[in-house]
Order: sequence, then structure tokens, then C-alpha cells
Amino acid sequence: MKEKLHQLKLKYQGKKMAPAFNALHTFLYTPNETTHSGAHVRAADDLKRTMNTVIMALVPCLLFGMFNAGYQHYSAINGFPENFDLFEHFLTWDNFWLGLVTVLPLVIVSYGVGLAIEFLFAVIKGHEVEEGYLVTGMLVPLIVPVDTPLWMLAIAVAFGVVIGKEVFGGTGMNILNPALTIRAFLFFAYPTWMSGDKVWVHGAVERAGTADAISGETVLGFLAQGNASEISYTLSDMFYGFIPGSVGETSKLLILLGALFLIFSKIASWRIMVSAVIGALTMGLIFNGVVEAGWLPEYSKFYELMSFDFWKHLLVGGLAFGIVFMATDPVTGSQTNRGKWFYGFFIGLLSVMIRVFNPGYPEGVFLAILLMNVFAPTIDHYVVRGNIKKRLKRLKTATIYPKTSDEVDSLKTETA
Amino acid sequence: MALLSKKDANLILDPLADNNPITIQVLGICSALAITAELKASVVMAVSVMFVLAMGNVVISLMRNIIPSKIRIIVQLVVVATLVIIVDQVLKAFAYELSKTLSVFVGLIITNCIIMGRFEAFALGNGPWKSFLDGLGNAAGYGIILVIVGFFRELLGSGTLFGFKVLGDPVTKTGLYSIGYENNGFMIIPPAALIVVGIIIWVQRSRNRSLIEEA
Repeated sequence: MKEKLHQLKLKYQGKKMAPAFNALHTFLYTPNETTHSGAHVRAADDLKRTMNTVIMALVPCLLFGMFNAGYQHYSAINGFPENFDLFEHFLTWDNFWLGLVTVLPLVIVSYGVGLAIEFLFAVIKGHEVEEGYLVTGMLVPLIVPVDTPLWMLAIAVAFGVVIGKEVFGGTGMNILNPALTIRAFLFFAYPTWMSGDKVWVHGAVERAGTADAISGETVLGFLAQGNASEISYTLSDMFYGFIPGSVGETSKLLILLGALFLIFSKIASWRIMVSAVIGALTMGLIFNGVVEAGWLPEYSKFYELMSFDFWKHLLVGGLAFGIVFMATDPVTGSQTNRGKWFYGFFIGLLSVMIRVFNPGYPEGVFLAILLMNVFAPTIDHYVVRGNIKKRLKRLKTATIYPKTSDEVDSLKTETA
Repeated sequence: MALLSKKDANLILDPLADNNPITIQVLGICSALAITAELKASVVMAVSVMFVLAMGNVVISLMRNIIPSKIRIIVQLVVVATLVIIVDQVLKAFAYELSKTLSVFVGLIITNCIIMGRFEAFALGNGPWKSFLDGLGNAAGYGIILVIVGFFRELLGSGTLFGFKVLGDPVTKTGLYSIGYENNGFMIIPPAALIVVGIIIWVQRSRNRSLIEEA
């Protein structure tokens, strides 16, 4: 097999199909040729390895999402179990089977459409296929509601990959995170499928209006409507993820594990994650303070969301998922270490702010990250400028001891 | 004998494609974003601009030798404003609903950079007939883009063209809607126009590579 592919590669060399073929080839095997000239640093963590590490961190979320899709569906029909038992009620074949048939199509469509476009562009432009879509394709099914119609997802993926990435020059050149571009497109194009109390549970849309109608509102949805008293989920439900929401975003435990995995494998920046959490907590504290000071009347539509305990914001919605897997995207985030602190902080801050004040949709993580994606280069610019200024100042105050008069002259010309 | 000499014909044809005011000169973007959610509004806007630009060009061209150059901008503004008010009043009298959709954007034709740009660049230095053709051509180039953008935005965003339900009825679920199709709400909002215009620019430049600016 391996040898055959090597022979095929030689056959395709220089043809139009070469990039597409090479992509498949190198995905499966190490190429049989080495570089011919120059010194190269060899390290195990090339782009493909990086991508695969992120995907490994995402797989638990995906599996949990499948179980949760089934759990939410059957619980919405039969009522939530009174004495919850993990193996009896959650990790069952029924749940997994339902999750598999609802979530797997999302994954297949996401990868199918996205990779088809990547291959197409690689063939047109005649460059190698980039691996950037491997992670995006995995993220997309995890951040959409379980019942998203597949054709909508296909259109959104096409839009996100072409407008979000390819027009800028492909992987590594994009300004916006492609997965979030896809999510934002879906949100603005088909808002009825992205919000409300019907989309988070499989089957709820079809059953709407019939005697079997079921629904499942997210925690944030309850809060935005001022129905905080109706929330039946406990804190541990929120933490372990037995709540309705987008496919992969619910389990904070698995996201936390994924985060630790990414931090220890040095794929994702811990600075961004930590500062984003600080930002979210800060904004939450400010809102809590406003409520406690009594500046906000109880009939205000923001009251419930603003009085929501600041640390609970991390447990609901997509904030944790966004911070760990989307904000840390090395391409669209800030590059400088100090910039990462600002970048992350404002993502957290804005997420909670948009969450509270957005009238149409009680979630703001994807909007906050997209906004900060746009600002990331500006942040980097000022960090770099600041560093230059600091060093210039140091140069001015520094005393230089030249040894000979020749050196004085040469130093003068250097620093002039 | 041809109706127009080759040079004159180019005055009209050039701005339609290779020197298009919107996609090449990137002028008049504001109204292209604002009023292209419906095809009807785009067409009316295109016709209005065509009237204002062609007539304005002729008037400025006729007066080009007596306008003191120090106050020419003010003179130009007076001419545009007069013509725009005529358009506005006609729309209000005969198509009131439409003029409400277009709202301030008819008045804002005054500030459309294409118009002042053509006055300055062409009408001040050429005769009335040529200026007239130039005005027609540039307004048509502007209009074409508006109509293309309006076509896609209305078709994808509302499923209609000129208000006719070409894709079926979304409420009673006929036509395309019976198999689960839904209107794309993204196309209704102005940012969609920016992206559609961007795609037109992309297509145009990949067909004619000489238009690509050097980086």
C-alpha cells in the first residue's frame, strides 16, 4: 500500500491533481523523500501533529455530546430521572445510538464540505492542501445545536471556509476563526434554528405544536426570559454537562480536561485561557455589584442575567468551550505574550457583557471572540511598539563604557 | 454609420466593467450597502442616480467655462442638490411607498462620490454630449452592481424578486419551502451587501487579471 502510493505520487507529479493527492498521501504516511538542501529543524510537532492533538482534546467532548443528545431527548419525553445514576441513565446504548445518528451526520457534513472546498482551492491555486480544516471541521459540529439541518450546515461551512479563510490566503492567513465564522453565519442567517427552547433537544422542532411537544431551554435562555426560578438543573449538572446546549459545549469537566491536556502539550496558550476567565469573572462581579448596590430595578429585563452569580457564568453556555478551544487559536489570536493577556481578558469581559445585554440571544462568546480576533493584530502592534519604546529609553539612560577611542566612534555611528 | 463613434461608445462601456465605479474605483459603496436588500429599490436608485449624473454632467459641462474655479464645488453642489430634489419629489408624488423604503438615501445621492467625482474628473473638461454619455455610462456601471447585489440579496434573503414569490411561499410552505428550504436572514442585513460586492470584485478580477493592483 505504502509503496503503491509512493509510485502513484510520482505519476501525479506536476499534474493538476498533485496537491489533492499529496494531501491524502502525507496524511496517511510519511513521504519517502527528504529535503535536498539546507538545514532543517526536525521536530515532532508539525502542523498535522498540532491539529491532531487538539482533535484528541475534543473527542471526549464529542462523545459526551452524543450521550447528552440522547439523554436530553429521552429525558424531555419521559421526564428527568429522579435518582440520577451515571450508568443507568446517561451512559446507555439508547442515548449513544440516538446521539450517534444525530451528531455523526453533522461531523460528516462539516468535514465533507470543508475538505472538499480545501481540496478544490488547493487544486486551483496549485499549492499543498493545508491541514487547518482538521480542527475547524471538528469544532463546527460541537458548537451547533443538535438538530441543525444539514443543508444549512453545508452552506455555512462553505461560506465560512471560503469567506472566512480562503479569500485571505488559506490556513495561517485568516483574520477570523473559521469555525466561529460558520457559527456566526448560521446565527445571522437562520436565527430560528440557533436560539429558542426548541433547537437544543433532538426532535423538539418536529414535535412543536403536537401533543408530544417537548422543549429544552438552556440555562441562559431561562435567565434571559427572567425565569430563573424554573431552572431545575443543579450546579453539578452544569459542571458535568447534563444540560441542554450545543452538542459539545455542555460538559465543563471534559472541557477542563481538554484545557489541561492542551496546556501540558503546549498547544494552546494558558495565558489566554487564564486571562479570559479573569475577564469573565470581572464583568460578572461588576454586574453583581450593580445589582447589589440596587441601581437596577427588579423589573428590568437584565435583572436575572445580571444577578446571576459571577462564577456561574463559567459553568453555563459556551463560554468555557470558547475560551479553551476557540480563543486560543494561534492564527487569529494575539501573538505576543503581553498581548495575549489583553486579548483573553477582553474576550471574557465582552462575552459576559454581550450575554447580558444582547436582546436576541443570551450568548455572546462567539461574537466576543470574533471581535477580539479583529483587534488581535492591533493589540500586538501596541505591545511591540511599547517594547521598542521601553528599549529605546533604556538605551538613552544606559552608560556605555567604550574602551578605546575607536570604539567610541563606531558606537556613535551605531546608535545615531 | 454607427450611432456612436468608438470613442464615445467607450465612454459608456468602460465604466460598465473595467472601470466600474463600485468594483474598481470603490466609490458609492454607502448606498450600495444600504438599499440593495430589495431589487426594486436597487433599480429605482440606479435610475435616479443615472438621471442625476447624466443631467448634472450636461449642466456642469455647459457651465464649465463660466464657473470660477475657486467656488466650483459649491456650484456643483447646487446643481446636484437641485436635481436630487427633483428626483425626490417625483418619487414622493408617484411612488410614495418606495420613497419611504429609500428614505434618506435619495437625498444622500448628493453626497454620492461618483457624482462629484465625474463632475470634477470629466464634465469640467469635456463637451456636453460626451459628458452626457460619460454620466450615463458611470451611472449604468453603478446601477449594474446595485441590481446584481439586489438580485442576490432579495432572492436569497426574502425568496422574492421585485416582490414576487419566485421560490414559493414560506408561510404556506409551497415550492422550495416544502422541502425544508429557508430564507437566509443574513442576506437582509447590510454586511451581506459588503460580502456580495466583495465576491463580485473577486470574480471580476480573476476573470481579468490586469485589474489586480500590485501589492
